[in-house]
Amino acid sequence: MNKITVIDYGMGNVFSVARAFEHCGAEVLLTDKPSEILSASHLVLPGVGAFADGMQELRKRSLTSVILEYVSSNKPFIGICLGMQMLFDATEEFGIHEGLGIIKGNVVAIPVNGNDGRSRKVPHIGWNKVMVKSSFQGNDPVFKSLDHSFYSYFVHSYTAIPSDEKTILADCDYQGFAVTAAVKQNNVYGCQFHPEKSGETGLSIIRNFISLTA
Amino acid sequence: MTRLIARLDIKGPNLIKGVHLEGLRVIGDPQLFAQKYYQDGADELIYIDSVASLYGRNNLVDIVKHTAQNIFIPLTVGGGVRSVEDANLLLRSGADKVAINTACMSNPSLINELANRFGSQCVVLSIEAKKTSKGHWEAYTDNGREKTGKDVLSWVLEAVERGVGEVLLTSVDQEGTKKGFDVELVKMVTDKISVPVIASGGMGEIAHIFKVISEGAADAVALANVLHYDTQPLKLIRKEMSAKFPFMRPVS
Repeated sequence: MNKITVIDYGMGNVFSVARAFEHCGAEVLLTDKPSEILSASHLVLPGVGAFADGMQELRKRSLTSVILEYVSSNKPFIGICLGMQMLFDATEEFGIHEGLGIIKGNVVAIPVNGNDGRSRKVPHIGWNKVMVKSSFQGNDPVFKSLDHSFYSYFVHSYTAIPSDEKTILADCDYQGFAVTAAVKQNNVYGCQFHPEKSGETGLSIIRNFISLTA
Repeated sequence: MTRLIARLDIKGPNLIKGVHLEGLRVIGDPQLFAQKYYQDGADELIYIDSVASLYGRNNLVDIVKHTAQNIFIPLTVGGGVRSVEDANLLLRSGADKVAINTACMSNPSLINELANRFGSQCVVLSIEAKKTSKGHWEAYTDNGREKTGKDVLSWVLEAVERGVGEVLLTSVDQEGTKKGFDVELVKMVTDKISVPVIASGGMGEIAHIFKVISEGAADAVALANVLHYDTQPLKLIRKEMSAKFPFMRPVS
Protein backbone atom coordinates (compact mmCIF):
# COMPACT_ATOMS: atom_id res chain seq x y z
CA MET A 1 0.00 0.00 0.00
CA ASN A 2 1.24 3.47 -0.81
CA LYS A 3 2.05 5.55 2.18
CA ILE A 4 1.20 9.24 2.04
CA THR A 5 2.66 11.66 4.54
CA VAL A 6 0.52 14.67 5.37
CA ILE A 7 2.13 17.55 7.21
CA ASP A 8 0.11 18.29 10.33
CA TYR A 9 1.13 21.78 11.37
CA GLY A 10 -2.04 22.90 13.10
CA MET A 11 -3.61 24.58 10.08
CA GLY A 12 -6.98 23.52 8.92
CA ASN A 13 -8.67 20.53 7.44
CA VAL A 14 -6.03 17.87 7.97
CA PHE A 15 -8.62 15.24 8.79
CA SER A 16 -10.54 15.73 5.52
CA VAL A 17 -7.36 15.56 3.49
CA ALA A 18 -6.15 12.45 5.30
CA ARG A 19 -9.53 10.81 4.95
CA ALA A 20 -9.71 11.46 1.19
CA PHE A 21 -6.28 9.86 0.68
CA GLU A 22 -7.30 6.88 2.81
CA HIS A 23 -10.49 6.52 0.84
CA CYS A 24 -8.32 6.32 -2.29
CA GLY A 25 -6.37 3.43 -0.86
CA ALA A 26 -3.40 5.10 0.77
CA GLU A 27 -2.04 4.61 4.23
CA VAL A 28 -1.78 8.09 5.75
CA LEU A 29 0.76 9.36 8.23
CA LEU A 30 -0.07 12.69 9.85
CA THR A 31 3.07 14.20 11.24
CA ASP A 32 5.10 17.30 11.96
CA LYS A 33 8.32 15.40 12.65
CA PRO A 34 11.18 16.38 10.31
CA SER A 35 12.58 12.85 10.12
CA GLU A 36 9.21 11.38 9.07
CA ILE A 37 8.69 14.12 6.52
CA LEU A 38 12.13 13.61 5.00
CA SER A 39 11.64 9.87 4.69
CA ALA A 40 8.20 10.24 3.06
CA SER A 41 7.63 8.82 -0.41
CA HIS A 42 4.72 11.21 -1.12
CA LEU A 43 4.27 14.44 0.79
CA VAL A 44 1.13 16.56 1.14
CA LEU A 45 1.05 20.09 2.54
CA PRO A 46 -2.60 20.90 3.19
CA GLY A 47 -3.80 24.13 4.66
CA VAL A 48 -6.74 26.30 5.34
CA GLY A 49 -6.13 29.65 6.87
CA ALA A 50 -4.02 32.72 6.76
CA PHE A 51 -0.65 32.66 4.99
CA ALA A 52 1.32 34.33 7.78
CA ASP A 53 -0.04 31.92 10.39
CA GLY A 54 0.71 28.97 8.16
CA MET A 55 4.32 30.01 7.65
CA GLN A 56 4.68 30.74 11.35
CA GLU A 57 3.39 27.28 12.24
CA LEU A 58 5.86 25.72 9.79
CA ARG A 59 8.76 27.79 11.20
CA LYS A 60 7.77 26.99 14.78
CA ARG A 61 8.24 23.32 13.91
CA SER A 62 11.44 24.05 11.93
CA LEU A 63 9.76 22.61 8.86
CA THR A 64 10.57 25.16 6.14
CA SER A 65 14.07 23.82 5.47
CA VAL A 66 12.73 20.27 5.83
CA ILE A 67 10.17 20.88 3.09
CA LEU A 68 12.83 22.44 0.85
CA GLU A 69 15.08 19.44 1.39
CA TYR A 70 12.25 16.99 0.64
CA VAL A 71 11.30 18.87 -2.53
CA SER A 72 14.90 18.80 -3.80
CA SER A 73 14.82 14.99 -3.55
CA ASN A 74 12.48 14.84 -6.53
CA LYS A 75 9.83 12.79 -4.68
CA PRO A 76 6.15 13.68 -5.29
CA PHE A 77 4.84 16.69 -3.40
CA ILE A 78 1.48 18.43 -3.46
CA GLY A 79 0.38 21.60 -1.71
CA ILE A 80 -3.34 22.22 -1.39
CA CYS A 81 -4.94 25.68 -1.10
CA LEU A 82 -2.83 27.54 1.46
CA GLY A 83 -0.32 24.71 1.04
CA MET A 84 0.01 25.71 -2.62
CA GLN A 85 0.18 29.43 -1.89
CA MET A 86 3.02 28.98 0.60
CA LEU A 87 5.15 27.43 -2.17
CA PHE A 88 5.58 30.93 -3.59
CA ASP A 89 7.95 33.76 -2.66
CA ALA A 90 5.60 36.04 -0.76
CA THR A 91 2.06 37.20 -0.16
CA GLU A 92 0.34 40.49 0.48
CA GLU A 93 -2.28 38.89 2.78
CA PHE A 94 -2.48 40.94 6.02
CA GLY A 95 0.88 42.62 5.20
CA ILE A 96 3.83 41.27 3.22
CA HIS A 97 4.91 37.79 4.31
CA GLU A 98 7.60 35.56 2.94
CA GLY A 99 6.72 32.07 1.70
CA LEU A 100 8.78 28.96 1.00
CA GLY A 101 10.08 30.33 -2.30
CA ILE A 102 9.98 26.98 -4.09
CA ILE A 103 8.08 28.37 -7.07
CA LYS A 104 8.85 31.90 -8.21
CA GLY A 105 5.96 34.31 -7.93
CA ASN A 106 3.66 36.01 -5.48
CA VAL A 107 0.27 35.54 -3.91
CA VAL A 108 -2.13 38.42 -4.42
CA ALA A 109 -5.68 39.28 -3.43
CA ILE A 110 -8.45 38.50 -5.90
CA PRO A 111 -9.66 41.99 -6.88
CA VAL A 112 -13.24 42.79 -5.92
CA ASN A 113 -13.57 45.20 -8.82
CA GLY A 114 -13.17 43.82 -12.31
CA ASN A 115 -11.68 45.69 -15.27
CA ASP A 116 -15.10 45.66 -16.84
CA GLY A 117 -16.55 47.66 -13.96
CA ARG A 118 -18.44 44.69 -12.52
CA SER A 119 -17.68 43.62 -9.00
CA ARG A 120 -17.13 40.03 -7.97
CA LYS A 121 -17.60 38.27 -4.64
CA VAL A 122 -14.48 37.59 -2.61
CA PRO A 123 -13.80 34.98 -1.27
CA HIS A 124 -14.19 32.95 -4.42
CA ILE A 125 -16.36 30.16 -3.06
CA GLY A 126 -17.90 27.36 -5.03
CA TRP A 127 -17.49 24.90 -7.86
CA ASN A 128 -15.69 26.37 -10.82
CA LYS A 129 -14.28 25.07 -14.06
CA VAL A 130 -10.62 24.13 -13.95
CA MET A 131 -9.05 24.41 -17.39
CA VAL A 132 -5.88 22.46 -18.00
CA LYS A 133 -3.29 24.45 -19.97
CA SER A 134 -2.84 23.13 -23.49
CA SER A 135 0.83 22.29 -22.88
CA PHE A 136 -0.24 19.88 -20.11
CA GLN A 137 -3.36 18.42 -21.73
CA GLY A 138 -3.27 14.68 -21.93
CA ASN A 139 0.27 14.40 -20.62
CA ASP A 140 0.14 15.24 -16.95
CA PRO A 141 0.00 12.16 -14.74
CA VAL A 142 -1.98 13.84 -11.93
CA PHE A 143 -4.73 15.09 -14.25
CA LYS A 144 -4.79 11.99 -16.41
CA SER A 145 -8.19 10.38 -16.96
CA LEU A 146 -9.84 13.77 -16.46
CA ASP A 147 -11.21 16.00 -19.19
CA HIS A 148 -9.31 19.11 -20.23
CA SER A 149 -11.73 21.01 -18.08
CA PHE A 150 -13.53 19.83 -14.98
CA TYR A 151 -15.37 21.32 -12.00
CA SER A 152 -13.72 21.56 -8.61
CA TYR A 153 -14.41 23.27 -5.33
CA PHE A 154 -12.63 26.54 -4.55
CA VAL A 155 -12.64 28.61 -1.42
CA HIS A 156 -10.02 31.34 -1.26
CA SER A 157 -9.48 35.09 -1.30
CA TYR A 158 -5.93 35.11 -2.69
CA THR A 159 -4.37 33.60 -5.75
CA ALA A 160 -0.82 32.75 -6.77
CA ILE A 161 0.71 34.55 -9.74
CA PRO A 162 3.70 32.48 -10.88
CA SER A 163 6.55 34.47 -12.48
CA ASP A 164 6.97 31.74 -15.06
CA GLU A 165 3.70 31.06 -16.82
CA LYS A 166 4.97 27.64 -17.80
CA THR A 167 4.49 26.48 -14.22
CA ILE A 168 0.72 27.04 -14.52
CA LEU A 169 -0.85 23.63 -14.95
CA ALA A 170 -4.43 24.85 -14.99
CA ASP A 171 -6.34 28.03 -14.49
CA CYS A 172 -9.88 29.04 -13.82
CA ASP A 173 -11.92 32.02 -14.91
CA TYR A 174 -13.55 33.72 -11.97
CA GLN A 175 -15.82 36.31 -13.53
CA GLY A 176 -13.08 37.68 -15.75
CA PHE A 177 -10.18 37.18 -13.35
CA ALA A 178 -7.74 34.35 -14.05
CA VAL A 179 -7.24 32.32 -10.91
CA THR A 180 -4.22 30.01 -10.90
CA ALA A 181 -5.97 26.70 -10.26
CA ALA A 182 -2.96 24.39 -10.26
CA VAL A 183 0.79 24.63 -10.70
CA LYS A 184 3.53 22.16 -11.46
CA GLN A 185 7.27 22.50 -11.22
CA ASN A 186 9.15 19.23 -11.63
CA ASN A 187 7.96 16.99 -8.77
CA VAL A 188 6.04 19.77 -7.04
CA TYR A 189 2.31 20.17 -7.55
CA GLY A 190 0.02 22.78 -6.11
CA CYS A 191 -3.78 22.95 -6.23
CA GLN A 192 -5.70 26.05 -5.28
CA PHE A 193 -8.94 24.07 -5.34
CA HIS A 194 -9.65 21.29 -2.87
CA PRO A 195 -9.38 17.83 -4.46
CA GLU A 196 -10.45 16.37 -1.12
CA LYS A 197 -13.72 18.34 -1.39
CA SER A 198 -14.41 18.03 -5.09
CA GLY A 199 -16.35 14.80 -5.11
CA GLU A 200 -15.33 12.01 -7.50
CA THR A 201 -13.27 14.34 -9.71
CA GLY A 202 -11.12 15.34 -6.79
CA LEU A 203 -10.72 11.73 -5.69
CA SER A 204 -9.39 10.88 -9.18
CA ILE A 205 -6.69 13.52 -8.78
CA ILE A 206 -5.79 12.10 -5.38
CA ARG A 207 -5.58 8.56 -6.79
CA ASN A 208 -3.33 9.79 -9.57
CA PHE A 209 -1.06 11.55 -7.09
CA ILE A 210 -0.82 8.39 -5.00
CA SER A 211 0.25 6.48 -8.12
CA LEU A 212 3.16 8.83 -8.86
CA THR A 213 6.63 7.44 -8.44
CA ALA A 214 9.72 9.43 -7.59
CA MET B 1 -21.63 29.25 -9.75
CA THR B 2 -24.78 29.31 -7.64
CA ARG B 3 -24.44 26.63 -5.03
CA LEU B 4 -27.13 24.24 -3.88
CA ILE B 5 -26.52 23.50 -0.24
CA ALA B 6 -28.29 20.88 1.81
CA ARG B 7 -28.89 22.20 5.33
CA LEU B 8 -29.24 19.71 8.14
CA ASP B 9 -30.35 20.99 11.52
CA ILE B 10 -29.35 18.46 14.12
CA LYS B 11 -30.44 17.84 17.68
CA GLY B 12 -28.55 15.15 19.56
CA PRO B 13 -28.12 12.30 17.08
CA ASN B 14 -31.09 13.30 14.92
CA LEU B 15 -31.82 15.34 11.86
CA ILE B 16 -34.71 17.61 12.76
CA LYS B 17 -36.95 20.12 11.11
CA GLY B 18 -39.22 22.84 12.37
CA VAL B 19 -41.31 25.73 11.25
CA HIS B 20 -39.95 29.22 11.94
CA LEU B 21 -37.05 27.26 13.46
CA GLU B 22 -39.36 26.08 16.24
CA GLY B 23 -41.51 23.05 16.94
CA LEU B 24 -38.68 20.72 16.11
CA ARG B 25 -39.52 17.31 14.68
CA VAL B 26 -37.20 14.35 14.39
CA ILE B 27 -36.64 13.23 10.80
CA GLY B 28 -33.92 10.62 11.03
CA ASP B 29 -30.22 9.81 10.96
CA PRO B 30 -28.32 12.78 9.50
CA GLN B 31 -25.64 10.51 8.01
CA LEU B 32 -28.09 8.75 5.74
CA PHE B 33 -29.50 12.02 4.50
CA ALA B 34 -26.06 13.56 4.03
CA GLN B 35 -24.88 10.56 2.04
CA LYS B 36 -27.89 10.78 -0.24
CA TYR B 37 -27.39 14.51 -0.84
CA TYR B 38 -23.73 13.92 -1.65
CA GLN B 39 -24.66 11.29 -4.21
CA ASP B 40 -27.41 13.45 -5.65
CA GLY B 41 -25.00 16.30 -6.32
CA ALA B 42 -25.27 18.73 -3.43
CA ASP B 43 -22.53 21.34 -3.75
CA GLU B 44 -22.07 21.59 0.00
CA LEU B 45 -23.56 20.56 3.30
CA ILE B 46 -24.37 22.66 6.34
CA TYR B 47 -24.81 21.11 9.77
CA ILE B 48 -26.29 23.25 12.51
CA ASP B 49 -26.43 21.97 16.07
CA SER B 50 -29.80 23.43 16.97
CA VAL B 51 -29.50 23.11 20.71
CA ALA B 52 -25.78 23.85 21.07
CA SER B 53 -26.25 27.29 22.57
CA LEU B 54 -28.48 25.77 25.20
CA TYR B 55 -25.70 23.45 26.33
CA GLY B 56 -22.95 25.93 25.57
CA ARG B 57 -21.08 23.64 23.23
CA ASN B 58 -21.26 21.98 19.85
CA ASN B 59 -22.09 18.30 19.99
CA LEU B 60 -21.52 17.53 16.36
CA VAL B 61 -17.87 16.45 16.48
CA ASP B 62 -18.66 12.76 16.18
CA ILE B 63 -21.24 13.27 13.47
CA VAL B 64 -18.80 15.50 11.57
CA LYS B 65 -16.06 12.87 11.85
CA HIS B 66 -18.40 10.23 10.59
CA THR B 67 -19.54 12.39 7.68
CA ALA B 68 -15.98 13.13 6.63
CA GLN B 69 -15.38 9.39 6.29
CA ASN B 70 -17.37 9.07 3.10
CA ILE B 71 -18.44 12.48 1.92
CA PHE B 72 -16.04 14.57 -0.12
CA ILE B 73 -17.74 17.91 -0.51
CA PRO B 74 -17.45 20.95 1.75
CA LEU B 75 -19.07 20.90 5.13
CA THR B 76 -19.95 23.95 7.20
CA VAL B 77 -20.70 23.32 10.86
CA GLY B 78 -22.32 25.71 13.28
CA GLY B 79 -23.96 25.92 16.66
CA GLY B 80 -22.17 26.56 19.92
CA VAL B 81 -18.88 27.78 18.47
CA ARG B 82 -17.56 30.07 21.17
CA SER B 83 -13.84 30.19 20.69
CA VAL B 84 -10.93 29.59 18.35
CA GLU B 85 -10.47 26.23 20.10
CA ASP B 86 -14.08 25.19 19.40
CA ALA B 87 -13.63 26.09 15.75
CA ASN B 88 -10.30 24.30 15.55
CA LEU B 89 -11.81 21.11 16.97
CA LEU B 90 -14.56 21.12 14.33
CA LEU B 91 -12.11 21.89 11.52
CA ARG B 92 -9.85 19.09 12.67
CA SER B 93 -12.83 16.74 12.77
CA GLY B 94 -13.60 17.28 9.10
CA ALA B 95 -15.49 20.59 8.91
CA ASP B 96 -14.29 23.03 6.26
CA LYS B 97 -15.98 26.14 7.60
CA VAL B 98 -17.56 27.12 10.87
CA ALA B 99 -20.76 29.11 11.24
CA ILE B 100 -21.05 31.47 14.18
CA ASN B 101 -24.01 33.31 15.58
CA THR B 102 -24.72 33.57 19.32
CA ALA B 103 -21.17 33.84 20.65
CA CYS B 104 -20.15 36.67 18.34
CA MET B 105 -23.20 38.71 19.31
CA SER B 106 -21.77 39.42 22.74
CA ASN B 107 -18.17 39.05 21.61
CA PRO B 108 -17.81 40.40 18.06
CA SER B 109 -14.02 40.25 18.23
CA LEU B 110 -14.36 36.46 18.02
CA ILE B 111 -14.92 37.04 14.30
CA ASN B 112 -11.55 38.79 13.98
CA GLU B 113 -9.83 36.03 15.94
CA LEU B 114 -11.34 33.29 13.79
CA ALA B 115 -10.63 35.11 10.52
CA ASN B 116 -7.03 35.80 11.50
CA ARG B 117 -6.45 32.23 12.56
CA PHE B 118 -8.27 30.29 9.85
CA GLY B 119 -8.80 32.86 7.12
CA SER B 120 -12.02 34.65 6.23
CA GLN B 121 -13.08 31.90 3.85
CA CYS B 122 -13.48 29.64 6.85
CA VAL B 123 -15.80 31.88 8.85
CA VAL B 124 -19.51 31.95 8.08
CA LEU B 125 -21.77 34.41 9.86
CA SER B 126 -25.10 32.77 10.58
CA ILE B 127 -27.93 35.25 10.94
CA GLU B 128 -31.48 34.52 11.97
CA ALA B 129 -33.45 37.48 10.66
CA LYS B 130 -36.94 38.51 11.67
CA LYS B 131 -38.71 41.33 9.92
CA THR B 132 -39.59 44.20 12.23
CA SER B 133 -40.94 46.77 9.78
CA LYS B 134 -40.72 47.51 6.09
CA GLY B 135 -37.08 47.32 5.06
CA HIS B 136 -35.87 46.38 8.54
CA TRP B 137 -34.91 43.08 10.09
CA GLU B 138 -33.62 42.20 13.54
CA ALA B 139 -31.00 39.53 14.22
CA TYR B 140 -32.11 36.71 16.54
CA THR B 141 -30.32 33.81 18.15
CA ASP B 142 -31.30 30.43 19.58
CA ASN B 143 -33.45 29.35 16.65
CA GLY B 144 -35.26 32.65 16.42
CA ARG B 145 -36.18 32.77 20.10
CA GLU B 146 -33.82 35.38 21.48
CA LYS B 147 -33.85 39.00 20.36
CA THR B 148 -30.48 40.69 20.11
CA GLY B 149 -31.56 44.24 19.35
CA LYS B 150 -29.11 44.23 16.44
CA ASP B 151 -30.24 45.48 13.07
CA VAL B 152 -29.45 42.82 10.46
CA LEU B 153 -27.87 45.15 7.93
CA SER B 154 -25.61 47.00 10.32
CA TRP B 155 -24.62 43.73 11.98
CA VAL B 156 -23.74 42.14 8.64
CA LEU B 157 -21.66 45.15 7.66
CA GLU B 158 -19.80 45.06 10.97
CA ALA B 159 -19.21 41.31 10.71
CA VAL B 160 -17.86 41.59 7.15
CA GLU B 161 -15.57 44.38 8.28
CA ARG B 162 -14.34 42.10 11.06
CA GLY B 163 -13.63 39.33 8.60
CA VAL B 164 -16.49 36.90 7.93
CA GLY B 165 -16.13 35.34 4.51
CA GLU B 166 -19.70 34.27 3.94
CA VAL B 167 -23.17 34.91 5.34
CA LEU B 168 -25.81 32.27 6.00
CA LEU B 169 -28.94 34.38 6.01
CA THR B 170 -31.95 32.59 7.44
CA SER B 171 -35.34 34.20 7.39
CA VAL B 172 -37.10 33.10 10.58
CA ASP B 173 -40.38 34.38 9.12
CA GLN B 174 -40.14 32.21 6.01
CA GLU B 175 -38.38 29.19 7.46
CA GLY B 176 -40.43 26.02 7.17
CA THR B 177 -43.34 27.79 5.46
CA LYS B 178 -42.52 26.66 1.88
CA LYS B 179 -43.70 30.10 0.76
CA GLY B 180 -40.41 31.19 -0.75
CA PHE B 181 -37.27 32.94 0.41
CA ASP B 182 -37.36 36.45 1.83
CA VAL B 183 -36.07 37.99 -1.38
CA GLU B 184 -36.20 41.53 -0.01
CA LEU B 185 -33.99 40.58 2.93
CA VAL B 186 -31.50 38.79 0.69
CA LYS B 187 -31.36 41.66 -1.76
CA MET B 188 -30.81 44.20 1.00
CA VAL B 189 -27.75 42.25 2.17
CA THR B 190 -26.29 41.24 -1.21
CA ASP B 191 -26.53 44.87 -2.37
CA LYS B 192 -24.26 46.00 0.43
CA ILE B 193 -21.57 43.35 0.86
CA SER B 194 -19.01 41.70 -1.39
CA VAL B 195 -18.87 38.33 0.37
CA PRO B 196 -21.15 35.48 -0.72
CA VAL B 197 -24.63 35.18 0.77
CA ILE B 198 -26.47 31.88 1.29
CA ALA B 199 -30.24 32.36 1.30
CA SER B 200 -31.98 30.07 3.75
CA GLY B 201 -35.55 29.52 4.81
CA GLY B 202 -38.73 29.23 2.80
CA MET B 203 -37.92 26.99 -0.14
CA GLY B 204 -41.05 25.27 -1.40
CA GLU B 205 -40.71 25.06 -5.16
CA ILE B 206 -38.02 25.57 -7.77
CA ALA B 207 -39.39 28.96 -8.82
CA HIS B 208 -38.43 30.20 -5.34
CA ILE B 209 -34.78 29.47 -6.09
CA PHE B 210 -34.92 31.25 -9.44
CA LYS B 211 -36.42 34.27 -7.75
CA VAL B 212 -33.93 34.58 -4.91
CA ILE B 213 -31.05 34.22 -7.38
CA SER B 214 -32.32 36.56 -10.07
CA GLU B 215 -33.97 39.16 -7.83
CA GLY B 216 -32.11 38.70 -4.55
CA ALA B 217 -28.67 37.99 -6.08
CA ALA B 218 -28.13 35.08 -3.69
CA ASP B 219 -24.85 33.25 -4.25
CA ALA B 220 -26.16 30.03 -2.81
CA VAL B 221 -29.37 28.56 -1.47
CA ALA B 222 -29.74 26.34 1.55
CA LEU B 223 -32.41 23.67 1.23
CA ALA B 224 -33.82 21.66 4.09
CA ASN B 225 -37.50 20.62 4.23
CA VAL B 226 -37.88 20.08 0.49
CA LEU B 227 -34.93 17.72 0.50
CA HIS B 228 -35.58 15.95 3.78
CA TYR B 229 -39.15 15.15 2.77
CA ASP B 230 -38.11 14.63 -0.85
CA THR B 231 -40.81 16.94 -2.14
CA GLN B 232 -38.29 18.56 -4.49
CA PRO B 233 -35.50 16.07 -5.16
CA LEU B 234 -32.05 17.57 -5.52
CA LYS B 235 -31.44 15.96 -8.89
CA LEU B 236 -34.55 17.56 -10.30
CA ILE B 237 -33.71 20.97 -8.86
CA ARG B 238 -30.22 20.80 -10.31
CA LYS B 239 -31.48 19.74 -13.70
CA GLU B 240 -33.95 22.59 -13.90
CA MET B 241 -31.39 25.07 -12.63
CA SER B 242 -28.77 23.92 -15.14
CA ALA B 243 -31.24 24.64 -17.92
CA LYS B 244 -31.75 28.16 -16.65
CA PHE B 245 -28.30 29.01 -15.33
CA PRO B 246 -25.54 27.69 -17.63
CA PHE B 247 -22.87 28.25 -14.96
CA MET B 248 -24.17 25.46 -12.73
CA ARG B 249 -21.83 22.56 -12.10
CA PRO B 250 -22.97 19.67 -14.24
CA VAL B 251 -23.60 16.52 -12.26
CA SER B 252 -23.90 13.19 -13.97
